Amino acid sequence: MPIEFRKDYFADERDDDLNEIGKPTQRQDMTGHVTGRSPFYDDHQFDGLTHIRCVRSPHHHARIRRVDAAAAERMAGVRRVILARDVPHNLNTLLSLLDFGLDDEELIASERVAYRGAPVAAVVADTERQAREACAAIRVDYEILPHVLDVEEAIKPGAPAVNDAYPDNLFVYHGKYDHQKLRYGDVDAALREADHVIEGRYQMSPIEQAPMETCGAIAAPETNDRFVCYTSTQALFFSLGTAAKLLDVSSARLHFIGGTVGGGFGGKVDSLHEPLAILGTMLTGRPCKYMFDREEEMQVGAPRGAERWYLTDGVMNDGRIVARKFIGYFDAGATTRLSSYAIIKAAGHLPGPYTIPNVYADIYCVYTNRTPATAMRGFGITGVDFAIECHMDEVAERVGMDPIELRILNAYRDGDMKAHRRLAKNTALIECCQVAAEKAGWGLSDAARLASSLRDGGGARAELPRFTATDENGRVSGYSSGSYARGDGAGTARGESPPPPARSAPPPPPRQRPERAKPDAPAYREPQREPAPATAGPERAPPSAEPHRPDPNRTEPRRGPTRFSSISGFRRR
Amino acid sequence: MAVHHGRGFAAINYPIGMNLGGDPSQALVHSNPDGKFMVALSSIDLGQGMKSVTRQIAAETLGVPVEDVYVDTADSDTGPHCMGSFASRGTHRVGNAVIQAAQEARAVMLEAAAEELEVNAADLVTDGKGNIHVRGAPSRSITTGQASAAAQFKQGRTVSGRGIFLIPLSEVSPETGEMTPVSCFAHAALIVDLEVDDETGEVRVIEINSAYEVGRALNPKLVEQQLVGGAWMGLSHALYETTEPYYPSREHGPVDFNTYLMPGPGDIAPHNIAVLERPAPDGPYGGKGPGEMCANPVLPAVANAVYDAVGVRIRDLPITPEKVLRGLKENGGARPRASRANRAR
Repeated sequence: MPIEFRKDYFADERDDDLNEIGKPTQRQDMTGHVTGRSPFYDDHQFDGLTHIRCVRSPHHHARIRRVDAAAAERMAGVRRVILARDVPHNLNTLLSLLDFGLDDEELIASERVAYRGAPVAAVVADTERQAREACAAIRVDYEILPHVLDVEEAIKPGAPAVNDAYPDNLFVYHGKYDHQKLRYGDVDAALREADHVIEGRYQMSPIEQAPMETCGAIAAPETNDRFVCYTSTQALFFSLGTAAKLLDVSSARLHFIGGTVGGGFGGKVDSLHEPLAILGTMLTGRPCKYMFDREEEMQVGAPRGAERWYLTDGVMNDGRIVARKFIGYFDAGATTRLSSYAIIKAAGHLPGPYTIPNVYADIYCVYTNRTPATAMRGFGITGVDFAIECHMDEVAERVGMDPIELRILNAYRDGDMKAHRRLAKNTALIECCQVAAEKAGWGLSDAARLASSLRDGGGARAELPRFTATDENGRVSGYSSGSYARGDGAGTARGESPPPPARSAPPPPPRQRPERAKPDAPAYREPQREPAPATAGPERAPPSAEPHRPDPNRTEPRRGPTRFSSISGFRRR
Repeated sequence: MAVHHGRGFAAINYPIGMNLGGDPSQALVHSNPDGKFMVALSSIDLGQGMKSVTRQIAAETLGVPVEDVYVDTADSDTGPHCMGSFASRGTHRVGNAVIQAAQEARAVMLEAAAEELEVNAADLVTDGKGNIHVRGAPSRSITTGQASAAAQFKQGRTVSGRGIFLIPLSEVSPETGEMTPVSCFAHAALIVDLEVDDETGEVRVIEINSAYEVGRALNPKLVEQQLVGGAWMGLSHALYETTEPYYPSREHGPVDFNTYLMPGPGDIAPHNIAVLERPAPDGPYGGKGPGEMCANPVLPAVANAVYDAVGVRIRDLPITPEKVLRGLKENGGARPRASRANRAR
């Protein structure tokens, strides 16, 4: 039987007698899908459609000395060459819509390219072939700069600075630290007392989302001074807000229409195509299509980024895991996109679905000279789950336990305190272990078969650690705690916009980075003991240490985007 | 030279929705005079089935047959705001918004029916087949179409509703990582049986057995589609896929589907799935969202099975024949593990 629904589990928590819910109703759009009638964005036809292709950096890291488009502009069918100076507000970060992080990415590179494939110019032409030929005729004079591709190399002193907004090659969390911390109990003390200490290093390579239809958009002038945009996006208002900001137009002038087929898997959130397609339409008055070809989709379009995880477990002879420590590196590539947020998600997920009394994590969002990374199915979780679950088998082998029994022994249960200091509820890990074992004929002990997510949780397992070791490692300065939206010097006067890139001035030399502590300095100073309340429930108020106060000196140099909410934790409106 | 059998296990949980909340989605529902309902969303369905799930949710809440409901998506002029289709938030966030909108529209429909039937709206029930009747008195009834027509043409009411779902934003402590992430978790455990050829380094998956806990399965066919396809995607990540085969080197990057490897139809193994349904207290009818998490357990389970088969612990994804062979060479040959005492084969 390929699939069975085990209605015997959790039956008393469900009303199975509903009219429509739980029925295998056929999709409303299935006929269109299977007969090929559901439109891809590329199926939308426009008279006089023009095509955009980009000139892309062949270098991992280079200064742009000069872009010579004179020959290309004279070529047949070429309507327009678009350069960085043509982008009305050529600086953004995708999560500025959440007020999370500094603007750190240009739509078209102005002075510097920080990854192979970065766009330095775009051509609007009557046919795709003419656009490709014109791209080939554009001469770019590069000065090649040193590059760095490995996350741990990138955070060593003296490494080339990849990202102007974060010259230490690390995203800054809460305006305060160069990584996201998770501190729960005292891991080092527990590791000293454990019977076994088991270490491991795990690496996930970048992966392509591989949608059927590649990322892209078609823009066209609409009546009433508006623009319509057919797009592959997975997040319509994300893309609309991003386009409005980069183009410095009111979002009311944009009409976005998304698709209903083509697949996304996380790779269609980045909103690179909509702004450029609309800009092409603004500059030429013609409908414009900007679409990745498959090579661009795979090597320029953002993959799910690589992650590297170091795990250290402290384990007792009976299989109880008493301490778990993570050092994680997310390879964001040249710009932030969504990697910074994935780390927050990972921090809330650790130590996996297990109740472990001492947990520690330092997670770094690292900039390297590669294609920026973005979301993909399982974002922020897939890589660390690979590490955790391989490591669980290593632990099982070391202590001589059955791997499934080890999971059930350590599994979280209803009412247990989790490392992010909220109580677990609605858990079902144990039951999944039991049913999978049963299906595969993997025998379990009576104790493991009789265990339940509903029993034996809570009580002492609901208590917070009596103390938690905290530290100030990775403290950074020069970033305002008032907002993620700016670093030092990026326009502190009222009403001042971030300075536009100075195209005429000579570009600055690569920054030498100030001395600072190694990210995972093992010899950090004596941990502070932080008294903690004995219990906490899921309804506990958020930490009150950071009351939200609007900074009277702050101003809003924001350009048009619709702000959905602020995630900075410091100012919410 | 030999082919070695191995068996590997992994268990995971998965957070549903944008981690820290603050990610609203809205829905609008209205009826035309025939009692057909339209759900307007700006949310995107690129094939995963969100339109179908929200249609069932709307029909269930309105108390009308699913055939009377249509879902319109992906238009920023006609659909109210939605954060987007990512982070497993489609079913959970949009589904909850649709429930709220449908409840409001249903209330108006029942008020209109009550006026026509000259009864109290609180005494009315729907039968899910297109009829509204007095509780315990099925003969005193009116169709949903008649009620909607009366609302519009006699009573001057709009049978419509607005819905929004928002998990409030959670703050994160810089010092401890304290936060209120997401709202519910899905779960999975999975066992992979495979063979490793110690001459070629190739891995062939024989069978997968799994248990997935997804909250209520709102549409069991869509759940099946997600779990079967998602596990295949996980298998592909475990054994084949990467844009940078020699990461962190940028060389040898694939540029098309001839060089970006994936398993073909002949590489797909039987996958026996058990679905467990522990309803999420805050999910739409208890649903959680099975789509994103179903690939995750496959990756470590394959790695653990390869280790079980030949004693090579591969810690770098994907597990290519080259890495298996290098590991075998380092170990001086295959070292099958004897520890899986309960091996079925």
